[in-house]
Amino acid sequence: MSEPSDRLKKDLTRHFKERVIEAVLFLAAFVSVFTTTAIVYILVSESWVFFQHVPLTDFLFDTQWTPLFDDAHYGIMVLLSGTITSSAVAVLVAIPLGTLIAIYLSEFAPFSVREVAKPFLELLGGIPTIIYGYFALLFLTPLLQKIYPDLPGFNLLSAGIVMGIMIIPYVASLSEDAMRAVPMALREGSYATGATRLQTALRVVVPSAISGIASAYILGISRAVGETMILAVAGGMQPNLTFNPAQPGATITSFIVQVALGDLPHGSIGYQTIFAAGLMLMLLTLVFNLIGFYMRKKYREAY
Amino acid sequence: MNSITNEAPLKAEARNLSFYYGNFQALKNINMPIYEKKVTSLIGPSGCGKSTYLRCFNRMHDLYPGNRYEGAIDFHPDHTDLLSKKVDPIEVRMRISMVFQKPNPFPKSIYENVAYGLRVRGESARSVIDDKVEAALRGAALWGEVKDRLKELGANLSGGQQQRLCIARALATDPELMLFDEPTSALDPIATASIEELISELKEKVTILIVTHNMQQAARISDYTAYMYIGEMVEFGVTDQIFIKPKRKETEDYITGRFG
Amino acid sequence: MNQQELQNLRSMIVAHKRWDYLFGVLGILALMLGLMTFVALFSDMAVNGLARINVEFLTSFPSRRAANAGILSAWVGSVLVMVVTAFAAVPLGVAAGVYLEEYAPKNWVTDIIEINVSNLAGVPSIIYGLLALGLFVYTFGLGQSILTAGLTLALLILPVVIVATREAIRGIPQIIREGAYACGATTWQVVSDHIVPYASAGILTGVIIGMARAIGETAPIITVGALTFIAFLPTAPFTGEPPAGLFDWLFAPFTVMPIQMFNWTSRPEAAFLNNAAAAGFILVLMTLTMNGLAIWLRYRLRKNIKW
Repeated sequence: MSEPSDRLKKDLTRHFKERVIEAVLFLAAFVSVFTTTAIVYILVSESWVFFQHVPLTDFLFDTQWTPLFDDAHYGIMVLLSGTITSSAVAVLVAIPLGTLIAIYLSEFAPFSVREVAKPFLELLGGIPTIIYGYFALLFLTPLLQKIYPDLPGFNLLSAGIVMGIMIIPYVASLSEDAMRAVPMALREGSYATGATRLQTALRVVVPSAISGIASAYILGISRAVGETMILAVAGGMQPNLTFNPAQPGATITSFIVQVALGDLPHGSIGYQTIFAAGLMLMLLTLVFNLIGFYMRKKYREAY
Repeated sequence: MNSITNEAPLKAEARNLSFYYGNFQALKNINMPIYEKKVTSLIGPSGCGKSTYLRCFNRMHDLYPGNRYEGAIDFHPDHTDLLSKKVDPIEVRMRISMVFQKPNPFPKSIYENVAYGLRVRGESARSVIDDKVEAALRGAALWGEVKDRLKELGANLSGGQQQRLCIARALATDPELMLFDEPTSALDPIATASIEELISELKEKVTILIVTHNMQQAARISDYTAYMYIGEMVEFGVTDQIFIKPKRKETEDYITGRFG
Repeated sequence: MNQQELQNLRSMIVAHKRWDYLFGVLGILALMLGLMTFVALFSDMAVNGLARINVEFLTSFPSRRAANAGILSAWVGSVLVMVVTAFAAVPLGVAAGVYLEEYAPKNWVTDIIEINVSNLAGVPSIIYGLLALGLFVYTFGLGQSILTAGLTLALLILPVVIVATREAIRGIPQIIREGAYACGATTWQVVSDHIVPYASAGILTGVIIGMARAIGETAPIITVGALTFIAFLPTAPFTGEPPAGLFDWLFAPFTVMPIQMFNWTSRPEAAFLNNAAAAGFILVLMTLTMNGLAIWLRYRLRKNIKW
């Protein structure tokens, strides 16, 4: 009778080992939750100290941003205007071109073109942003100055355009995925009535994939809002309350880089501004990401 | 069904039709007439090529690379060769409409689903579209059920209603020939009966070619029947003759359930 | 249909197809614009930087004189940071991916983890920099070190590794699992003997793409306080006095390739801009090679594996 109990014992150790492994793997997966919590905690706690010195109304409504001067002002609007202006330029470049490429690749291109173009877009999306920054400052800005001589050497326009080009692969590839997920039966239904490729693409495929495409747009916008190095290199870092892309300007992100490059003591108010700015940025992108997340979920449920 | 003579005018005629998926020959040298304002059904075991054959008529195979036709489909009265490289598949599809195996309404309103073919043709006059949508929905025996909810999504309808919506879509553009690819295989018996009844009514106005995996259905609704096996047309004839007195042994085996 | 109607139909189709053609041309032009940007970017850096790339450039420290400056401390820093990143991100990411695919029950905890993973993929990299500054540098006291930078980038690419792992695992058919379970294997045996090995090529693809992204990241590394001018190397790994000395390199100040390039790009002198172009050329070459390798791997994988 001793044999069964021995076997049972063996099973128990095995069971225990399995549970330990599962717990370890769970902890690894839980790192993502920990990271999010840590991000929120760090941003909020440092911003908390910041907002004890700076009233929230000043932060939201002041029209100057001079945290490092003796006469310090903390109007986040100034940085927001730079972020919005450069992102708007980027979106105006990336959405039309990205959508065009997506429709072309999904509905028009022969198989061989798609096989080459998709990896190429992926490579384009993998180029470090510092390289794009260099390109904006030293290639595109001089080029634009030939057309428009008054353009300053640092400007949001050139940075925004290059940022748009950088985002094209994301918009194109995510939109294309959404269009390819449209069942072939719908396309056949359209072609069977005598529709052309373009009619099928614009009247059936795009409307069917619209929530996926919209989520691609939103993720693209969110990338533009969070982009840092292109603006730090080519946008100029002086705070400037303007919506004119032909001017230099600082964004939330490029301000953080500017402060980090300097030598601010830990715990100083200047040091805390970057966390307040970061919190602002985090909230902005969080809103975009959540909208994008729910749209993608919706379009998965559509078929 | 009984009084059919071979004098009925021709609507189309397949001549030496072969079809290839890449190197694989899916259809072998098919010759077959399609008579005007009659229902012709294609039967045979699955994989026999009946859907492939049907999809030659509106050049659906042109959508995918590597497909190749040989031979001709002579379309009456103008004797256009539907398979000719010189004939645009879009032209073919504008004259010949199709209803698919599974209902595939577009994610649009009921109204827009039916109006789709008209819009594709560039029709924009509201009154014209209104009239044709109503006529097509009536023709598809759906008008009574949906006339108050034309703005609702087509996907909100039941399966049988969706399929009738797809029939209305195919009907709205006044096709000369309608192709049905197993239109009831995804439907329950009641919806199937209503579609069958509809098809029998439609032949007053339009020629119909239908693929079915259900022999009783072929016997019920069609005037002519063709039995296909592994890409070949084994036997074609008046439906009653095919089911009662088939000429070929293979057809008889299939009909009587000894095979397939 | 009579001849007149047929004629009308045909001319309408010709008109419709003109739009098709026009759109096709537009699509190709849009793709060409991408290609041209790529060519312009690459050739601009090649023209300005290629003359600077030689052995001396690779083996010199940065200098006040552009002609003497090199990227020794930058590339060594990049390599060391990447080592830390890989050591942290690969086990964590693979473990998390395996958990989510093979172990996770369907409940709210799993939902929260999944939402977090997809949300973190969209968090701007500079936010990771702020996280690291607050957490690693000051709360954990790791300082502005190679370790801090490596861990920061590991967190940054973790979603990429997790998603790649999950996709690779999802590609394995259920019958493989059932076959192993039917032999009496435990979940862990199924995972370690079958799932992870069969998914390894797919995981590797994701890891390479993640590393290619990490090597080009600039903003978070600047935020944690990498120096822009470093004229010395950290102690070579595993050469210090054991046991503690072995890991001295982890706590050394450092710089990395993109920061070196950023530093030179922000100088007004043309000679430094040429250095920036040279460093950029090498950086692009590195990321292109890594991404190209990943794409090639994935392509081969798709071709070879037939379940």
